[in-house]
Formats: sequence, C-alpha cells, structure tokens
Amino acid sequence: MSKFKNKKQGDLPAISTASLPDIVFMLLFFFMVATVMRDSSLMIENILPSADQVEKLKKDRTTFIYAGKPSSQYKQFGEEPRIQINDQFVGIEDIMPAVLQAQSELNEELQSKIVVGLKVDKETHAGLISDIKQELRKANTLKVMYITNARAEQ
Amino acid sequence: MAKRAAPEVNAGSMADIAFLLLIFFLVTTTIEKDKGILRSLPPIDDSETEPPIIKQKNLFTVLINRNNQLLVEDEQMELKDLRQAAIDFLDNGGGENADGEKCDYCRGERDPSSSDHPDKAIISMKHDRETSYEQYIEVQNELVAAYNILREREAQRLYNRSFESMLAEKEKNQFKKDDKLNEQIETIKKMFPMKLSEAEPDKN
Repeated sequence: MSKFKNKKQGDLPAISTASLPDIVFMLLFFFMVATVMRDSSLMIENILPSADQVEKLKKDRTTFIYAGKPSSQYKQFGEEPRIQINDQFVGIEDIMPAVLQAQSELNEELQSKIVVGLKVDKETHAGLISDIKQELRKANTLKVMYITNARAEQ
Repeated sequence: MAKRAAPEVNAGSMADIAFLLLIFFLVTTTIEKDKGILRSLPPIDDSETEPPIIKQKNLFTVLINRNNQLLVEDEQMELKDLRQAAIDFLDNGGGENADGEKCDYCRGERDPSSSDHPDKAIISMKHDRETSYEQYIEVQNELVAAYNILREREAQRLYNRSFESMLAEKEKNQFKKDDKLNEQIETIKKMFPMKLSEAEPDKN
C-alpha cells in the first residue's frame, strides 16, 4: 500500500513545501511596502536636525536640495559644506536652473505648487541656507520645507 | 505488514496563515515619510516703494549670533523660554488693528508697550552667517510652535476640535471641497496670521 516500500519503516514523510511560495510572496510584499527608494546617493554627511512642529511632505510635488560637508569618501572636495542636487555637487549659481528644470518635469497642475525640500546637515552654517533661499526666490519657487526628524513634543 | 508511515501534513491552510501574517505586517508597518517645517519665502520685490513704517512695539526681534546665542527684544534669552515669549507677544492685544477693532479673543496682558493686535504683530528673525543650521531650525521651530499653539487654542474655543485634525481632514478630502471646513480653517489662520519675517544675514 505504501509507495515507499524500500524505505525504512517509521520514517517521517517530507515536509510539504507547497506553502513556500506564499511565504516568499509575503516577504516580498512586506519589503515592497516598507522600502523607500532612494533616488540619489548622498555624497555629503546628512544628519538632519529635529523639530516637533512638523508637517508631512507631499512627495509628488517636491524636489530636493542637499547640503552638508562632503563625506569621508569625497574628501577631495574639501571640508566646507557643499550643495548637492541629484547626483553631483553644484555651485550656488546652478540651483536656479536645476530647480526650474525639476519644476518643468512635474505634472502641470502641480507645477505652481512646487515645494523645495531642504535636507541640510545640522552642522552646516546658516549662511549657506540663506544663499540657497535667495536663489530660490530668484527662481520664484517660494515654498520650502526644512526637512527634519520628527521628535515628540515636550 | 510494516507500521504505517505518519500521514502527510495538510498544507492547505498554510496559505491562510501566510496571508494572516502578511496582513498583520501591512497593518502594523508605518512607511517612513519625510517630514519638516513648511515655510514660504517672500517674493523678490523690486519696486521702489518705501516699506510701511512698523512701530517698534509691534515688532518682536529675534537675533541669533555666531555662537548660537539668542537675543530677543534686546535681552539674552534661553531657547526654552522663546516659545512662551513669542506667545505672550502675539497674544498681547494691547490696542487695535488696522480696522480699529480690538482683539476680543486675545488673552494676553494687554500691555500697551507690546503688540497692538495679532494682525499687526510681526516676528522678525535675523541670524549670522556662522549660526549653525541646527540652532536656526530650533528657533524656527519654537516660533512656528507659538503660532500653532495659539491657533490650536482658538480652534478648540470656536469649533471644539483641534486645528490639527481640521487640517488632517482637509488633506484627506482634498478632492472634494468642504467649504465649511475651509472657511473655519481660514478664520483661524486669519486670527493669528503667520507674520514671521527673516532678514538676510549681513555679508561680511
């Protein structure tokens, strides 16, 4: 009657692997949901400051500007805080064209609502920020969001 | 005949267990989202018109020096006291606004030497180029907090709900306009308009 006549008696049957795909899909879905894609690799140190009066960022209408000291593998760019947009260091005069280009790539109805997210290292000096803000005013993209870590209200 | 082998484990319900776990994780995971302080920059003004004269008492000056120390209304102040000082200033209501109305919702001390009306009260902030970004954000945070606390108070008083929940509801229903809610939000924003100006740091 048994199919495994040549086996020793009392052996346990093989564990069914029918559910393995389910488990794998479950893990896949979990990671798909929980992962945030990072679209540019940071060349700077980027430890954000924290604040408690925070609002959520609307991803669909945001372009990011990073600033901070070049990180250890980019020491050749010096010690002074630098500005990074997309994947490269840029000078202060390149901000306006970069932001205007990002604006033109948005959906038409969102173009006037563009928000510039500033991800700036907390060790940076604020003079650099006011230079950036001055350029943004020239580009007429007036909504900025200082991206911070949220901390609980005291 | 030999002893019968143990029957195979039924795997039919395995999928159910997997889905149960999947749903559990889906519900309990929060997706990390960027958050921050949203501010609007002033547009560049090329016109030659003279800026209106603002009375000193309607101006609340916050200076941050290169050593991250605060100078508020010509006195040194710790960061933790800034929020309350800003609230006291905004909520003072010592006089009348441009339309000659008294501030009937202010609960401040009505000190004639401080701000006249929340409409007129302006917070002016200036920092040094060498100020650290961290301190700059801390100060921004405290000043925005002062406005939020006052708006929250008025929302509780007028509509018996939190201002935050009103904004959240507006956000949730962004595709179907709720005029009543929008009007309530506007009313509260008008009671304490955010007049927070930033001077450019001196070039040296």
